[in-house]
Amino acid sequence: MTHYVRTKDAPLLPPPASTTGIVGWLRENLFSSVTNTILTFIGLYLIYLIVPPIINWGFLSAVWTGEDGDACRSEKVGRAVGACWAFVEAKFGQIIYGRYPVEERWRVTLVYVLGFGALIPMVVPSLPYKGLNALFLLAIYPVVAFILLTGGNIDIGTGFWIGFAVLVAILLGVAFFAASVAKIIELRDGIKGVAMFAVPFAAVVLVSSADLGLAPVETSLWGGLLVTLVVAVTGIVASMPIGILLALGRRSQMPIIRLFCIAFIEFWRGVPLITVLFMSSVMLPLFLPEGVNFDKLLRVLIGVALFSAAYMAEVVRGGLQAIPRGQYEGAMALGLSYWKMMRMIVLPQALKMVIPGIVNTFIGLFKDTTLVLIVGLFDLLGIIQLNFTDPNWSTPSTSHSGYAFAAILFFVFCFGMSRYSIFMENRLDTGHRN
Amino acid sequence: MAQAKRKAAPKKAAPKKVKLRVSDEVAVQIISMNKWYGDFHVLRDIDLTVYKGERIVICGPSGSGKSTLIRCINRLEEHQQGKIVVDGIELTDDVKKIDEIRREVGMVFQHFNLFPHLTILENCTLAPIWVRKTPKAEAEEVAMKYLERVKIPEQAGKYPGQLSGGQQQRVAIARSLCMNPRIMLFDEPTSALDPEMIKEVLDVMVNLAEEGMTMLVVTHEMGFARQVANKVIFMDEGQIVEQNEPEQFFSNPKSERTKMFLSQILH
Repeated sequence: MTHYVRTKDAPLLPPPASTTGIVGWLRENLFSSVTNTILTFIGLYLIYLIVPPIINWGFLSAVWTGEDGDACRSEKVGRAVGACWAFVEAKFGQIIYGRYPVEERWRVTLVYVLGFGALIPMVVPSLPYKGLNALFLLAIYPVVAFILLTGGNIDIGTGFWIGFAVLVAILLGVAFFAASVAKIIELRDGIKGVAMFAVPFAAVVLVSSADLGLAPVETSLWGGLLVTLVVAVTGIVASMPIGILLALGRRSQMPIIRLFCIAFIEFWRGVPLITVLFMSSVMLPLFLPEGVNFDKLLRVLIGVALFSAAYMAEVVRGGLQAIPRGQYEGAMALGLSYWKMMRMIVLPQALKMVIPGIVNTFIGLFKDTTLVLIVGLFDLLGIIQLNFTDPNWSTPSTSHSGYAFAAILFFVFCFGMSRYSIFMENRLDTGHRN
Repeated sequence: MAQAKRKAAPKKAAPKKVKLRVSDEVAVQIISMNKWYGDFHVLRDIDLTVYKGERIVICGPSGSGKSTLIRCINRLEEHQQGKIVVDGIELTDDVKKIDEIRREVGMVFQHFNLFPHLTILENCTLAPIWVRKTPKAEAEEVAMKYLERVKIPEQAGKYPGQLSGGQQQRVAIARSLCMNPRIMLFDEPTSALDPEMIKEVLDVMVNLAEEGMTMLVVTHEMGFARQVANKVIFMDEGQIVEQNEPEQFFSNPKSERTKMFLSQILH
């Protein structure tokens, strides 16, 4: 073998022109082989078949304005009519507010504005005051929204306060027992915990029962996007913490807690959502004593929240199982307690790992809200369908346009959630692979 | 036995031997401790007394129970029989006492177990802030001091995934030291490292030993044992087979099993 030593570096050359730029991209992605070339042309033909008619229907021959159905009838306007956006325009108020009284609609608008106004700075990572923002969104906003939407001034009576006092006394008793007999917690922490629950709860009930001069609006009048968002947001917000607790409980060392969580999760996952909604609105009143009556929407909200919590629990459990044993040991060896370990070490990693699954559940839940139609609540889709029966607007393209609009609205929300989840995944990626 | 007598060791070009007085205060006492995994008797009748300032190296074939033994000391594993007293506190089911002991006992793992979602600095300050309730600024100052000691202060803002194995293990040591522990447990700290990174971790450990830290080290680094340990323990099949000072242990092992083990690892 001849002796060889490199004395000069080989030159760094640019890549050949055919592999870069548009030409390179086309060659690589569309025409890299005979099969690919054929598939490219078939694809182009399919696009030609599908896209122009959609554009024609939705834009070119669509009717954008009109007083009533006549504007969308081809025999009246004398041309082929595509989408009847005039229908959507005429019913826009109902689609957004349902049958909420027109003079009170500003309250719903205010709820929308406050909600999105607080949500946007929350989800943009570079904006400051995340803690205050979260406090507003999770603690203050729900109360404000509740009072604005219902009008507040709920009638609770003295019976409630007696019950509340008894509950607080029981909780204090449990805290005292846990601190002095079982010695699981410090008495001070126990009292603090009870106070942290009781004081805000009492404050919320007090504010909600005060007469703020807002006209009461029955939930049976709510509808459209309002109901969709109320059901979906409540479900999403409630399912997360309940789901996390259930997931932790299912992996608990304590048999009673584990058994309870398994039973809960399996029960709610085992029945269809329609059954849950049906039971909550039709069957439940049969078992309640005379005169006791929960609001129908409230029952639906509880049903949806528990249902999605069961799904969430399994998603979160998947994440928990993917955390290596060493992370628990590392945290324990540093003296972190169970809850601190979960909150600061295990859950941040587990939840990050299952963001796709969590958002999947959220999106599923958002679309499942349309099922509330079955118990007589008119959500976004329900209210659009209801308006198909309006004889003024009974044209051939009314229902197509209505469904298309519902689809677009749902898509905007779901796609938004999907993109945001991808953004968060990338942002939280610290480059570690176990 | 407490005061390990050491003869001058005229070894050719051996690294400087760490010599420190061992106190007669007891740091860890294990009395006839037994542990089972199901039916399998992993630790059999373990008796061990560790005095403050001792550097004990535990070696033995894999599956001999050496990791399990030191993991019992901070209750990552539960023992079923016998008594373990750490720093005057007996290990029982009492969660408070377990937490108290874990605060005083640092542990370094084979696979580092750094928290991948936190920066190096956050890894180091987490426990002081949340367990010891140290103010954040102070915790960060202490963390930087220890990161400097393990010679990687410039990595403080990075994530564990961006560091090499040796660097990660040094961070893990710094993280434990931030809790200001009285006893340090090392569970095969260099076994998962590439050969060229072992020395940087061992250097930190030697440094720590020179400062008088009470250390229990499970390792196969016999050079480290010679240089640092004042006592070497050989375990096999869940029992302590031989306990001796390093010179005697390596040059004149008493038990056949120790001889066999040494002949296999000291080629």
